[in-house]
Amino acid sequence: MQILLNGEPIATDARTLHELCLKLGLGEAKVATALNGSFVAATKRAATELAPADEVEIVAPRQGG
Amino acid sequence: MLELYGERFISRLLLGTAQYPSPAILRQAVEASAAEIVTVSLRRESARARAGQGFWELIEQLGVRVLPNTAGCRTAKEAVATAEMARELFNTSWIKLEVIANDDTLQPELIGLAEAATILSADGFQVLPYTTEDLSVAERLVGAGCAVLMPWAAPIGSARGLVNREGLKALRAYFPDVPLIVDAGIGAPSDAAEAMELGYDAILLNTAVAKAGDPVTMATAFARAIEAGRLAFEAGLIEPRDMATPSTPVAGTPFFKIDRMS
Repeated sequence: MQILLNGEPIATDARTLHELCLKLGLGEAKVATALNGSFVAATKRAATELAPADEVEIVAPRQGG
Repeated sequence: MLELYGERFISRLLLGTAQYPSPAILRQAVEASAAEIVTVSLRRESARARAGQGFWELIEQLGVRVLPNTAGCRTAKEAVATAEMARELFNTSWIKLEVIANDDTLQPELIGLAEAATILSADGFQVLPYTTEDLSVAERLVGAGCAVLMPWAAPIGSARGLVNREGLKALRAYFPDVPLIVDAGIGAPSDAAEAMELGYDAILLNTAVAKAGDPVTMATAFARAIEAGRLAFEAGLIEPRDMATPSTPVAGTPFFKIDRMS
């Protein structure tokens, strides 16, 4: 299915947000996630199912002012 | 000492971590500044570049308190979701809350800011809102639970100093017991000293250090200016006056003659 990952369309067969992070190699990385504009805690990723056209954000620490 | 949400700090300089020429210079600048709090952001992580992972290692090595921001958020909803991600990512309930109105001025969108501050404070966040000197919005923010206010001096990155000095003075007078941090628009160490002389509690800056010819030396300059400004405030500045008044004693002036007195 097609989803939007960090604003870019991608095809994935990940069923959950947790699976998506694993497939991207970010399973153990220091990241936080949101689905369709709302925060999803790390502990909730495995129970968060993905659907076509979902908008996923995966963010990490970065320089800031 | 500076006290923010029950935590005490010796340094009154909060330093941003963006725009430095290199990670090594960022590290040296933070050390030279003696800052105990640095601001960070969160941004989309690429599975290939993994830029955030290396940056986080650097920040952890600095051993300073991290204050995540919601830079770039345009709505209260975006800012709330970003704050929630930041709380998990950085393991802190402190959030530098920014809701931005437009790209040219990067001025705070004050209605969205108050809305997000209310939601986040109720959810247990310690909110440090990037705001203006507007008193009514400041009252709303304090009422929402903000125990710190961070008014701008000038637009972010503009280096224009205290554009509305009288407004900042009024805010200080209006909230004598709320920690006030000037956030944004500082260009020179003298700007920072001026804000501290007005009784501001601390200065948050980034561009003026990161984009200086020598960021490490500039970090030292700001640290000293902020300390000097604070000492001056504590010492009590004299009032300006219109006419001269001699500092050298008049009594005993040589060649003094009574007929020259008018």
